[in-house]
Amino acid sequence: MRESSRPESSRREYHVDLHIHSVLSACAEVEMLPPLIVEEALHKGLHVIAVTDHNATGNVAAMMEAAAGTGLAVLPGMELLTQEEVDVLCIFDTPQQAQAWQAQVDGWLLPLDNDAEHFGPQFLVDAAGDFVGEDTRMRKAPAKIGIEEATRAVHALGGLVIPAHVERDVYGLLYVLGFWPPDLDADAAEVSHNMRPSQAYAQYLSLKNIPIISNSDAHFLDWIGHTRTVFRLAEAPSVASLRAALRQGAGQGFYVP
Amino acid sequence: MQINEIVQKLGLTVLVGGDLAAEVTGGYVADLLSCVIAGAKPHDLWVTLQTHVNIVAVASLKEVAGIVVAEDAVVPAVTLEKAEQQGMVMLSSPLPVYETVKQLVALGL
Repeated sequence: MRESSRPESSRREYHVDLHIHSVLSACAEVEMLPPLIVEEALHKGLHVIAVTDHNATGNVAAMMEAAAGTGLAVLPGMELLTQEEVDVLCIFDTPQQAQAWQAQVDGWLLPLDNDAEHFGPQFLVDAAGDFVGEDTRMRKAPAKIGIEEATRAVHALGGLVIPAHVERDVYGLLYVLGFWPPDLDADAAEVSHNMRPSQAYAQYLSLKNIPIISNSDAHFLDWIGHTRTVFRLAEAPSVASLRAALRQGAGQGFYVP
Repeated sequence: MQINEIVQKLGLTVLVGGDLAAEVTGGYVADLLSCVIAGAKPHDLWVTLQTHVNIVAVASLKEVAGIVVAEDAVVPAVTLEKAEQQGMVMLSSPLPVYETVKQLVALGL
């Protein structure tokens, strides 16, 4: 790969947490507001985060605006629940890409309203964390899209695809689908804080050759950055530079501290 | 009981043929493939709503007699192709899982 021929010294280590929920996720705490998330991420020594709400991207622009000028890079994302009931992180560079993805996902969601009393409210907020509105669509239910097809669609938009907490017994790929599908062209697998990548490789043979990262999956502030991945990037953080690091493999392009 | 007999008595749609004379000795129901890997037995008829292509590999691994996809769930072409390749019987029922299983029980399975 081109990057591997660059001298080590031209690369910088970035502490990255690509799985953080905002108040748009019904299950997130009400403290998950853009300015507080940004402050907490910086406090935890993170350089790059992604905001990944369940089947939703309505707060990504506010998150990016809240981080502007702070030195923290925010990538717009989503945690998609596929029709197989597998959670998949979809990570983009721009809010426009995230919006285009949202339009596709909305077409695959059941036409149901969110029951805020039972599932929790889905708040849309601005960069200051002030209430803008409520997303009334049911976003916890799976989208009618298979994981391979979703992967192709995210890639077509220029995004990264990372099945989330693959070893977990709720919406984890390995639990739901039994093993990593041979034809799944995702960019990496995420394990939860309960499992080290080395354990995952030892326990799940189908993960062989799949880059494994770890993120916090924070639903409350204190958890942000609890689990993270350190990326060695040759260029500014972006989908392209993260993908290049993932392709260099564990120990070279990235590691889970 | 042969799969053939079950297909006829329940009016199931045969999505992918294979060994329709195979003997069915029990049943299994789950959509989580890790559960199926742990729990299904050879010659079971497996009733599910899961249609991802991985179901074929899991069914072959466990040597189940066939897969019944309930509630007319749409089965992707890639799953059907895999079932053809593996010779795995795939059936479809318009009824929900519960109703499908009730009928299987009524047949004496």
